[in-house]
Amino acid sequence: MVSTNEQSTSKNSWEPRIVAFFCNWCTYTAADLAGVSRLRYSPNARIIRVMCSGRIDPQFVLDAFSKGADGVLIGGCHPGDCHYIEGNYKALRRVQLLKRMLKDMGIEEKRFRLEWISASEGERVKTVINEMTEQVRELGPLGMPERFADWDKELDILEKEINRKGETVDA
Amino acid sequence: MHGNGHKEDIRIGFYVCHCGHNIAGSLDVKSVAEYVKTLPGVAVSRDYKYMCSDPGQELVQKDIRQNKLNRIVVASCSPLLHEHTFRIAVEKGGLNPFYFQMVNIRENVSWVHTDKKAATEKAKDLARAAVQRVFSHKPLEPKHVKINPDVLVVGGGISGIHAALTLANAGKKVYLVEKSPTIGGHMAMFDKTFPTLDCAACILTPKMSQVKNHSNITLWSYSEVTKVDGYVGNYKITVKRKPRYINEELCVGCMDCIEKCVYKEGKTPDEFNAGLSKRKPIYIPFPQATPQVVLIDREACIEFKSGHCKKTCVEACDRNAIDFKQQEETKEIEAGTIILATGFKTFDADKVPYYGYGKYQNVYTSLEVERLVNASGPTSGEVILRNGKTPKMIGIIHCVGSRDKRTNRWCSRTCCMYSLKLAHLLKEHTDAEVYNFYIDMRTPGKAYEEFYDKLLEENVHFIRGRVAEVTDCAVRPEEEGKLIIRAEDTMIGIVRRVPVDMVVLAVGMEPKEDAQDVRRMFNISCSTEGFFLERHPKLAPVDTFTDGIYIAGACQGPKDIPDSVAQAGAAAAQALSLIDRGEIELEPNTAFVVQEECSGCRTCLTICPYNAISRDEEKQKAFINEALCKGCGTCVAACPSGAIKQNLFEDEMIYSEINGLLKLTSTECC
Ligand code: FES
Repeated sequence: MVSTNEQSTSKNSWEPRIVAFFCNWCTYTAADLAGVSRLRYSPNARIIRVMCSGRIDPQFVLDAFSKGADGVLIGGCHPGDCHYIEGNYKALRRVQLLKRMLKDMGIEEKRFRLEWISASEGERVKTVINEMTEQVRELGPLGMPERFADWDKELDILEKEINRKGETVDA
Repeated sequence: MHGNGHKEDIRIGFYVCHCGHNIAGSLDVKSVAEYVKTLPGVAVSRDYKYMCSDPGQELVQKDIRQNKLNRIVVASCSPLLHEHTFRIAVEKGGLNPFYFQMVNIRENVSWVHTDKKAATEKAKDLARAAVQRVFSHKPLEPKHVKINPDVLVVGGGISGIHAALTLANAGKKVYLVEKSPTIGGHMAMFDKTFPTLDCAACILTPKMSQVKNHSNITLWSYSEVTKVDGYVGNYKITVKRKPRYINEELCVGCMDCIEKCVYKEGKTPDEFNAGLSKRKPIYIPFPQATPQVVLIDREACIEFKSGHCKKTCVEACDRNAIDFKQQEETKEIEAGTIILATGFKTFDADKVPYYGYGKYQNVYTSLEVERLVNASGPTSGEVILRNGKTPKMIGIIHCVGSRDKRTNRWCSRTCCMYSLKLAHLLKEHTDAEVYNFYIDMRTPGKAYEEFYDKLLEENVHFIRGRVAEVTDCAVRPEEEGKLIIRAEDTMIGIVRRVPVDMVVLAVGMEPKEDAQDVRRMFNISCSTEGFFLERHPKLAPVDTFTDGIYIAGACQGPKDIPDSVAQAGAAAAQALSLIDRGEIELEPNTAFVVQEECSGCRTCLTICPYNAISRDEEKQKAFINEALCKGCGTCVAACPSGAIKQNLFEDEMIYSEINGLLKLTSTECC
C-alpha cells in the first residue's frame, strides 16, 4: 500500500520536460506572437532558438532525450517558406530517418514531433505545446538517464563477471 | 567537456529584468537571480526594473569594469526585440558584443504562463542554459556589407507613388514596378476623398505625372517582379515586362488607334470602371493613365485570335507604334533596398449571397459606385441604375466582409468613412433618401467625426444593426418592385424592412490574391489574415523581418489614403537611413570549415542553398565563402565529420543549452 502511495505522489509531482528547437524566422517569431497576444499555454516546453530548422542535428534530439527530456519538438517554417529556401526540407528528411531510429530505441512516436508553424501562427504554438505536453504526460517519464544508468550497472556487473571468470581460468 | 579548460577565467554577469510588472508580476525574479548566483562561473547576479533603460545598461557596463566580467546574460524580453540593444551596451562596457546571450522570459514565459511557480522554474532553466552557453562564446566581428543606393518600389498605387517620389527627390535612383498598365491604383478609381471631398484624380494625377517625368525614376508598368536574389544592400531582381504590343517609346497616347479599331463598340468589361462599361481590345485604362501609352488585350483582339484583322489601328498610327510581334522582356536590376506597396483587394461580394450581389442588378459594390458618381465614369457621373432608372431610395450596407466571423474578422477601417462619403455624393447626385445600415460608426481621424455630424445634418438616415438579407420578396404593397433590406434596428429593438431602389455594399479590404506568392518571393511573412507582417506592430511598422525590405500602404493592413501616404513616407525614410549609412552590419553567424577535420566528402556542397561551399580539389577540403553564406547552419548539421561550425550556433553552445535546460551542469554531460 505504502509503496503505491509513494509512487502516485511522485507521479503527481512529475512534469513532462519538453525541449523545443525553433527556427528564428517562423516558429520562434510565432512563439513571440503567442506571448504578445498573451495566449496561455503549459509551461513544460523550453525553447532553443536556431536560425533554421536545417541547423538541427539529429544528435541534438538524441542528446536531449538521453539527458532526460521526455519529449522533443522541432518547429520550422512551412514548406516553401524557409528563410533559407530549403533548410526545412533537410530537416524533414532528417526527422524521417530519426523517427525510425527512435522507434528502434523504444522511444514512443508521440515524444518527438516536427511542426511547421509560420510567424503568424501564435495560436498554433499554444496548441502544439499543450497537445504535446498532454500526450507526453500520458506516456509518463521517458527516463533515459535512469535507463542508461541501469544499463551501465548491468554492464559493470557483466564486466566484473567476465573478469572474474578470466581470473579463474587464468588461475 | 564543454568549455572546461578555461572555466576558471569565466566571470559571468547575469541580469534579470522585471520589465515593470510584465515579468516580475508573473514570476519570482528575485529567486531567479539568487539561483543563478549559485551557478558556476557567475560573478554577479542581479534583478533590475528595466534592463533596457539607460540605467539598466549602465549597470551592466559598470559591472563589467568593476567586477571584471567577461560574459553577460540578460533575462528579459525576446532577443528579436532587444538583443541588439544589449550587444551595444556590452560593447560599450568594453567587451566583445558577442560575449552576450539573451534569455527570453517575457514572450516565452511571463506572458504565456499563469502558474507562478512553474514560470519561475522555467525561467531558471532557461537562465541556466544561457549561463552555460556563454562559456563557449567567442569574440566575433560583425560582417559589413555595402548598401547599393538604388531602390526598388513594387506597386504603383498612392503608397508606391509617394515612396518613389520621396526617394527620387532625395536623389536616389528608383525603379517603380507596377503590375497593371498604369500607376494610380485604387485611388485613381475613387471619385472624391473623405473627409475633405477633394477630387481624388485632381490630387493624384499631378503626382502620377511627377513619377513619369522624374529623372530619378524608372517606371515600368505592366511589369512584374519574378525573382529576388541577394540580401540587404545587394538585391538582384528579375522583372518581367509584359508585352503591350505597342512600342512605349513611340506611342504618344493620342488614342487615334482606339478610335479606328474595327470594334466600333467595346466588348470587354472595363477594369477601370469596375466592369460597369466596356472597352475595346486596344485601349488606355483611363484618360490620365500613366504612362500615357495604349495597349492591346491579346484575349480580345481579332488579330491575335484569327490573324485576319484589317488592322485599322496600324493604319491609324502615324508613328508606327503598334507591334503585334512584341515579346515579353526580362530585365535584371540591382537595388539595395525594396519597398513593397502592393496594395489590397476589395472583398468579393459574391461570398455573401444573402446580400444579393450578382442576383439583383441594382446591388452595387462601393467601388462600382465610386465610378458611377464620377464625372469621367461610365455614366458621366449621373447615377443611373442598371435598370435605367434613377434611385429614389438607397441603402448602404456597412461592414460587408468585415467584422464578421463568417468572412473576415477585422475592421477594414475605411468603410464607415467612405460610406458616409458615398451617402453624401449619392444624395448630392440624386436627392434620394439614403439609409446607412451600420454596426458601429467608426470615425477615428482628423475631421472624420465632424464629417459624420455633417451627414447627420444632411438628413441621411442611420440604422444601427447588421443587415440580415436583401430580397425582392415583397410582403407589402410599397415593397413591390423594390429591393427590401431586412435588418434589426438595435436602437429600438425591432426588425426593419426598408424598401430601396439601390443597394450599396461597403465591401472591406483584403490581402491581394497573390500576397502569399509575393511574400515568398521577397522572403517576408504574412500575418494571420494574410497582410504583410511588420517587424513590430508599434515600433517597426514599416520594417519586415528581412533587412532592407519595407512595407507601405494597405498591403500591411487596411488603411485610408492619409495613413498609406504616411506609411509610404516612413518606408522611404527607413530606406534612406539605410542608404545614407552606406553599409550595414550583418550577424556574423556564418559557417566555416575546420580544415583539419574535413574529409572532403562533398556532402555539404550540394546541401548549401547559396552555393557558398566549394571544394579545393588539390587539398581535397571544403571551403565556405563567407560573403555568400547566410548562416542557416544546414551544412553544419549535415557534415558527417563535424568539421563545419557555425558562429554563434556552435554545437557546443547548443549542447550546453540542452544540458542547462535539463538541469545538468556542463561537466555532467557526455
Ligand atoms: S528558417 Fe525556418 S525552417 Fe529554415
